[in-house]
Amino acid sequence: MNGTAILALIRTDIRLYLTDRRAVVVGVLVPILIAAFFGYVFGGTGRNEESGKIPIAVVDEDRSTVTRAITADLAADKLLQVTALDRAAAHEQVKAGRQNAAAVFPKGFGEQTTRALFDGRDKPQVELLVDPSQSTGARVIEGLLAQYAMQEVSKEAFNGALGRKAIDGYLADLDREPSTRTRADLTALLRSARKLSDARDTATQGESASGAGRGFGLSIPYTVAPMEVTARASAPYNGYAHSFAGMAVQFILFAGIDAGVLLLLTRQRGIWLRLRSAPLTRSEFMLARALATTLISLFQFTLIYLAAAVVFKVRIEGSWTGFIGVAIAFCLLNAAFGLMLATLGRSAPTTRGFASMATLLLVMVGGAWVPAFVFPRWLQAASLYSPTRWAVDGLDGATWRGLPFSSAVLPIIVLVGTAAACLTVALWRFRWEE
Amino acid sequence: MLEVEQLSKRYGDRLAVNAISFTIAAGETVGLLGPNGAGKTTAIALISGIARADSGHVSLGGVRVRQGANELKRRVGLVPQDPALYDELSAWANLQLFGGLYGLRADALRARAEDALALVGLAGRRHERVKTFSGGMKRRLNIAGALLHDPDLMLLDEPTVGVDPQSRNAIFENLEALKRRGKTLLYTTHYMEEAERLCDRVLILDRGQILANDSVANLVRQYRNLEGAFMQLTGRALRDGADT
Repeated sequence: MNGTAILALIRTDIRLYLTDRRAVVVGVLVPILIAAFFGYVFGGTGRNEESGKIPIAVVDEDRSTVTRAITADLAADKLLQVTALDRAAAHEQVKAGRQNAAAVFPKGFGEQTTRALFDGRDKPQVELLVDPSQSTGARVIEGLLAQYAMQEVSKEAFNGALGRKAIDGYLADLDREPSTRTRADLTALLRSARKLSDARDTATQGESASGAGRGFGLSIPYTVAPMEVTARASAPYNGYAHSFAGMAVQFILFAGIDAGVLLLLTRQRGIWLRLRSAPLTRSEFMLARALATTLISLFQFTLIYLAAAVVFKVRIEGSWTGFIGVAIAFCLLNAAFGLMLATLGRSAPTTRGFASMATLLLVMVGGAWVPAFVFPRWLQAASLYSPTRWAVDGLDGATWRGLPFSSAVLPIIVLVGTAAACLTVALWRFRWEE
Repeated sequence: MLEVEQLSKRYGDRLAVNAISFTIAAGETVGLLGPNGAGKTTAIALISGIARADSGHVSLGGVRVRQGANELKRRVGLVPQDPALYDELSAWANLQLFGGLYGLRADALRARAEDALALVGLAGRRHERVKTFSGGMKRRLNIAGALLHDPDLMLLDEPTVGVDPQSRNAIFENLEALKRRGKTLLYTTHYMEEAERLCDRVLILDRGQILANDSVANLVRQYRNLEGAFMQLTGRALRDGADT
């Protein structure tokens, strides 16, 4: 084994990489910037409630106690940012994408809902104008609207003037029905409710003067306490951890393409004759190229994660060994990928074009841009065939998920296995002598 | 020193080198002349070990060497036709690579690189990037790169092509210096005056075959001058094929 020659080749490849400022900038600064952007969009280092609020408009054509109360509840919700508008303005703003949705309370909403709560008839319709590109937000709004409407309508029904009017109307209707046991029970129930409302009304006249609430109503009989399951209870989810994993994987693969294309270009230059006239075997040459690309990839990886740690507070919450293992395995895969490209490609521009397209597909499917769990089920299954998915999962596991080394073993095996497959193709196709 | 016996190489249907045989004595400088496509570059590639012959063999110092064997490569220094350099790196970094490929390291490599740069007159430019060099400087550095491992035999494939007269003269002086150092040189060129000035002997190659193998003095005596010998032996028809 000509160790001196291998070292000379590795040193030269590293020198060539460092002299190419464009490669260093593209390989290190660009992924940091893009990861910072994606990380911020996906939550940053903690929950930014203001930036995460869903913008909605409320059009109150009823202006009743009920609709004013619902509007106030929506405005107080931490998930929403509510703007009161008229119908035309609301329509325009949803259409322009400035509001995710607009809820329109029609005239008579308060009275009709209070009555419909008892007799179930003539339910009014709330129009929900929805931006179709924001359907997830619209579903959230629908749920919150149902919760607050139920709460406020029931309050009005058992405490307010509209409620008493509705009970009186329903009692009058019952009086016209034939006398049955059920009618008697229902009448008794409604009269109790009416009596309760009267008593509440008398009491709240004094409370209203002192600023008290509108009385009791139905509400969801439980509360939800969301708990982020991350590495530790005290470690909040850091959106940058995933975005840095994804962008590191993507741009290191681009560097692998560059290494492959450099080898292709070398074959077309006089330097190729010099290399082949030296006492160097094919295996030594390929080993040197693979080690050089691995080291360059690790250098990029280190700089990207240094920025992630220092600026964006990405931490290795799980196994350091697992993290390093996944990083090395991925960089090996990258080197083998570059060598395979160099042996399969014919011209540099075509090889770069096809390889870039393949890389973008791999990283997209591998969940490097957006986490794989948002994919449809079939795509999640398909993404397991992409080594980038294993790299990103392995890095996620070692960082924000805080998983032990055992969870990194499978990603490492898959990455090293894929590297071996790429290397086999490269060795099979590589032509050293004429 | 070098013995070539019945060496042949075919590329597809074309026989680039057709059973050529010749010898070169130690310290001798031999010119390999021929029109475009004559087979000069292929012959150089076979002797340097970067291409495998279909038949025939090469012996160095009386020992038959398998084509492509590292043993052969260690004893031969190749100066390719196009400068074999990384333009992005400095002259020094290029030489560190070339020396490293032959197992040279640390002080030995440094001493050889300094000596080679001094020989080609680039000692003061060692830390400059090759892309800032003129064509002539690149060709001189190209020669320096083949000298580092102190080869017994140097193969020079048109080392002066495409450079200005001053650079050509400088390269020529480098080659004369190598000759004075006792190096064995096999040298391809289109320039007859170069061959007349430098070579002890000349091989004229055409269509893969050796048409003449004689001393410069004999050929000049027989054909009046070297160009006359060349034109008479290879004919006046244009050769538009690629160099082989």
